[in-house]
Amino acid sequence: MKEYVTTRRRSARLNSVSLPVEIIINIILGLFCLICVIPFIFVAIISFSSENSIREIGFSFQPVEWSLEAYQYVLDLGDQLWRSYFNSFFITIVGTSISVLICILFSYALFRKDFKYRKFFTFFCFFTMMFGGGLAPTYMVCKNMLGLSDNYAALIVPMLINPFNIIIMRTFFQSTVPTELIEAASIDGSGEYNTLFRIIVPISKPGIATVALLNALAFWNEWFIAMLYVRDAKYFPLQYLLMKMQNQVDFLVRNSSVIGAEVTKIIGTLPQESLRMALVVLIVVPIAFAYPFFQRYIISGLTIGSVKG
Amino acid sequence: MPKPMVTKKAISGGFATKKKTILLLTMVAPGAIWLLLLRYLPMFGIVIAFKDYKIYTKDPSLINNIIHSKGVGLKNFEFIFTTSDSWKMIRNTIGYNALWILLGLIVSVAFAIMLSEITNKFVAKLHQTLMFFPYFLSWVVASYFVLAFLDPTRGLLVHLQESWGMDVTNWYNDNKPWPVILTMANLWKNVGYSTILYLAAITGIDTSQYEAASIDGASKWQQIIYVTIPHLKPMIIILFIMNVGKIFNADFGLFWSVPMNSGPLFPTTQVIDTYVYRALMATNNVGMSTAAGLIQNIVGFICLMGANSIVRRVDEESSLF
Repeated sequence: MKEYVTTRRRSARLNSVSLPVEIIINIILGLFCLICVIPFIFVAIISFSSENSIREIGFSFQPVEWSLEAYQYVLDLGDQLWRSYFNSFFITIVGTSISVLICILFSYALFRKDFKYRKFFTFFCFFTMMFGGGLAPTYMVCKNMLGLSDNYAALIVPMLINPFNIIIMRTFFQSTVPTELIEAASIDGSGEYNTLFRIIVPISKPGIATVALLNALAFWNEWFIAMLYVRDAKYFPLQYLLMKMQNQVDFLVRNSSVIGAEVTKIIGTLPQESLRMALVVLIVVPIAFAYPFFQRYIISGLTIGSVKG
Repeated sequence: MPKPMVTKKAISGGFATKKKTILLLTMVAPGAIWLLLLRYLPMFGIVIAFKDYKIYTKDPSLINNIIHSKGVGLKNFEFIFTTSDSWKMIRNTIGYNALWILLGLIVSVAFAIMLSEITNKFVAKLHQTLMFFPYFLSWVVASYFVLAFLDPTRGLLVHLQESWGMDVTNWYNDNKPWPVILTMANLWKNVGYSTILYLAAITGIDTSQYEAASIDGASKWQQIIYVTIPHLKPMIIILFIMNVGKIFNADFGLFWSVPMNSGPLFPTTQVIDTYVYRALMATNNVGMSTAAGLIQNIVGFICLMGANSIVRRVDEESSLF
């Protein structure tokens, strides 16, 4: 066994690129990887720089003076921030749960070859990937007819279904669930819903995890929907709060519990730049920590989705 | 197939199948209703593109507004094609998309091949993880990354220009560098993703093919040209068709948030999607916004079908449908 491994490795070595070439490859890819993560590290450094340092030498990888004042302000004036943090988590959790449930139900029916209207609903779903009403009519229908305006539903409902996820889920069912299993369950007198939730769902966990993570990521990163349907700061998710702060740095203060003359005073002392960057860090951190664990599922999902789509 | 099933069916007759169909229909129902309300209903709203959309003051509701708005034929479309900005936004949309389809393809296929040649699996995994990271961030977050470098007073690049005694560029006022900036931003965010797709396809190739090729004296380069690339072809074509189908649709987040909505940059950053949004929300020109969206949809649909039929003629198996 051991001998086999070594010979294999030698033969792999034989047909691999020469060492200098491999070093060059590593340098090229390494540089690109650095480019991918350095902006985040840079922004994190800025968020820990003192306002004096920023005023003196601008944004720098080596600030003259480190400081936690940005995070201190976040803690003090955090009403809007915590609200937005809560909104983002709420939308992500509730939205993901509902959309995964709908996705499982829909794709399971499409997967069932003995479903009479299978062809119709497959077309009904995938046609929307190729043609749609466009932004303006969709906006008008959602806002004026469906009442999706300044409420949590407005942040969740427009994103509930993504035909890509249905493709992923259906493909997953096709590759893991044998038709005999469903037939056997039906002979044993198991009802359709019982079969789906007691038998199919437990063996499809990896596929469901993939779809759930893709959904969660989409909900967490969403700001366009908020920009369209939400005016009331009460419902702002984190990403949209950050978007707003592009132009109005003092947004956070104006929406905090501080009132009156205090506001202008605080705005004057605000560490504006580091504060914005601190907010970026607070948004990215949950993703950065969770990412290494869930990237495997996301990769498998995206691979399926793009090949079959 | 097992016999009992046949007999059971015969006994219970059509009732069991009917019940099954109804139950499966209830499963489809939530999704179907959503699609009906949020995807199919807006399709009727396309008529707005041919109307001078006005709010019907007596009894304002979407349907009443549409019914009582005057029909103006193709006037909305005329407006889009006669303003001087329109050709710029069309040029930007198609230009950026075409460039990025090509660049993205070359860079990510190259990266995927490089990744597959790395013998140390841990290093390969590390590269993969790091370059996939930007895909998980939103464009709003990315816009702050760009700001950290380009901020007019504190940005790193501005600071460097100062210390090297160069003229300081006012990045958010000068539209010339933006094609490069946007291209870099787009590659930065998306290359990792497509690299991983191609890498998945490469790892699926049977290694014996490479062994055979190397025994026959094929160099590494020849192996890439004659074994790897042909195997990647279906994947390349699928992604190509899908991207061509979206050639009239720009990545809204990128074009909206990275240039920070700065007016002087519009000549190189305005695309159809941002125009549609601005017409709808800022100038409240619903008719023109709908018309532009409709053009986008129709052109996209035609491009998708066209690309697919060309591919089908060349290589039937690779086509999408």
